[in-house]
Amino acid sequence: MNDRIVFDNVSKFYGEILGVNRVSLNIPPGITTLVGPNGSGKTTLMNLMTGLVQPSSGSISVLGISPSNATEFFRNVGYCTQFDSFPRGILGWQFVLDSLLLHGIPKPEAYKLAMEALERTRLGDAAGRKIAGYSKGMRQKIRLAQAIAHHPKVLVLDEPLNGLDPVARAESLALFQELGRQGMHLIISSHILDEVDRISDRVVLITGGYLVAEGNIHQVRQEVRDKPMQVLIRCDRPEILASKMFAVNHCVEARLNVDGKGVFLRTGDIDQFYFMLNGIAAEGLVKIEGVTPADDDANAIYQYLIGTDGGAS
Amino acid sequence: MTPRNAADVAALLKQQPWGLWWIQGRRLTVIELRRTLFSWRASWIYFLAFAPTFIIFLHLLIGGHPASAMAEDTGILAGIVQFYYIRLGIFFGCLGIFSRMIRGEMVERSLHFYLLSPVRREILLLSKFAAGGITALALFVTAIVADFALMFAGYGSAGRDYIFNGPGLGQLDAYVLITVLGCLGYGAVFLLLSMIFRNPTPAAMLVLGWEAINPVMPSLLQKLSVASYLRHLMPISVPGQGIFALLAIETEPVSGWAASIGLVVLIAGVLTYSCYRIRSLEIRYTTD
Repeated sequence: MNDRIVFDNVSKFYGEILGVNRVSLNIPPGITTLVGPNGSGKTTLMNLMTGLVQPSSGSISVLGISPSNATEFFRNVGYCTQFDSFPRGILGWQFVLDSLLLHGIPKPEAYKLAMEALERTRLGDAAGRKIAGYSKGMRQKIRLAQAIAHHPKVLVLDEPLNGLDPVARAESLALFQELGRQGMHLIISSHILDEVDRISDRVVLITGGYLVAEGNIHQVRQEVRDKPMQVLIRCDRPEILASKMFAVNHCVEARLNVDGKGVFLRTGDIDQFYFMLNGIAAEGLVKIEGVTPADDDANAIYQYLIGTDGGAS
Repeated sequence: MTPRNAADVAALLKQQPWGLWWIQGRRLTVIELRRTLFSWRASWIYFLAFAPTFIIFLHLLIGGHPASAMAEDTGILAGIVQFYYIRLGIFFGCLGIFSRMIRGEMVERSLHFYLLSPVRREILLLSKFAAGGITALALFVTAIVADFALMFAGYGSAGRDYIFNGPGLGQLDAYVLITVLGCLGYGAVFLLLSMIFRNPTPAAMLVLGWEAINPVMPSLLQKLSVASYLRHLMPISVPGQGIFALLAIETEPVSGWAASIGLVVLIAGVLTYSCYRIRSLEIRYTTD
């Protein structure tokens, strides 16, 4: 068993409609965010990964296991889908417990794991109620509880923050971070880029069924060379810093921060930019308090590569 | 197959996690029973099963039961089994029960929960078949036994004598066997249809038509019909009139054992093909 999720030249067509085309990915453990507009193929990728749909061509393996080997595959994989439907009349705890019993886990242990998952998703109090009476956020949580209950090594989450209030979102993100730190694979699709961006190790950008970019967020951002990077430099004399930077021709745009104690600079060569910035700091003309990339996140990458506002998709 | 290959196959079979599959199958069957047997949505199937029982019960309460009418009632019961249960009650009951197993869950968008569980899809399919079979048998075998008991209850000691010292119990055995094989046979067919078609009802109507014209088909094609096997198991021949004559055509005689084994082979064949089909089943709720 290896530790990778591998898509090898995978295509999926629904009749004549393209799902995804020639996707090759090699995803290491950690948190990976699938980013793309509606209908871009994110859910198709997740469904392919878990065997809910079969590739038209190419092959997929998760930790070296094919989805066709359901017994071993789903011991290692949990999938929290977007489908907001449940077996009729089922209670919260029963839903999670049924799933665990299908693993062949003895009932007392399965019950313990179910309660643990329900507590982790803060659903302990509602576990005895019918899922049909749950709010959208609670239904999202119960799906998450079912997906994590058997302690999978790979967790696939399709829009897991949909329907959650801000507190529940923060709790879920903290849980994802904790799971990521434990060495798990987390594959998350979400259009709430600002929030998932904080916890993602890498992004996979997809649009129209085609893979646009993948990798570490900072690396991907640096690859987008036609969009100069924006950096916020907090300093005591932003005007002087901006003029110095323009003088050495590494900046294409400068904008003062609203509080007057910093400047946003855009540069086409970030490595040279930092080198020059060190020089200016060493000269002592400007006292630099902090340097922060301002568009080095999934949202900015989304805007640059896909062309619309990621938060609005 | 050489002995070495046979040994390899035996070793391979021994390595399979039969215990786990049994646990998973049992669990899935319980989950399915919860959905199908104890559901208000199944109330129309209860009605299909017990409508004749209710009528026979009324007949018991208000009808006269002279001993001379017993032969007529025996014929009526045989007619109910042959023309109502096999052609209508069990047929449509099984359509309702088994088409919900796969297609119904597609419509309700809940099938993915099963496909995302660590269960071989073949186990899932066979468990659904088992649950559907238990549901159908619980309803229709109960109904047939109740029909039989109520039909002869009004005859007092003559009825008891007919059942326990005459041909009664043998007829009941045959009706129960017909019901069991009918439920499993139609169940297997409708489970497969519900995997192939978005709406299995038109396909089921074609099956109904096929079952009706099957007696006039060549012998080989008659073997691809559930009703043709069941007809050979009927303990009493019921002459049909009008359109019903088509349903009561005498075909070449086949022994009860041959008919039973033939139908079991047909069920096994349909289930084997269904197991093959379910391996490539996809969840595409948006297009279903």
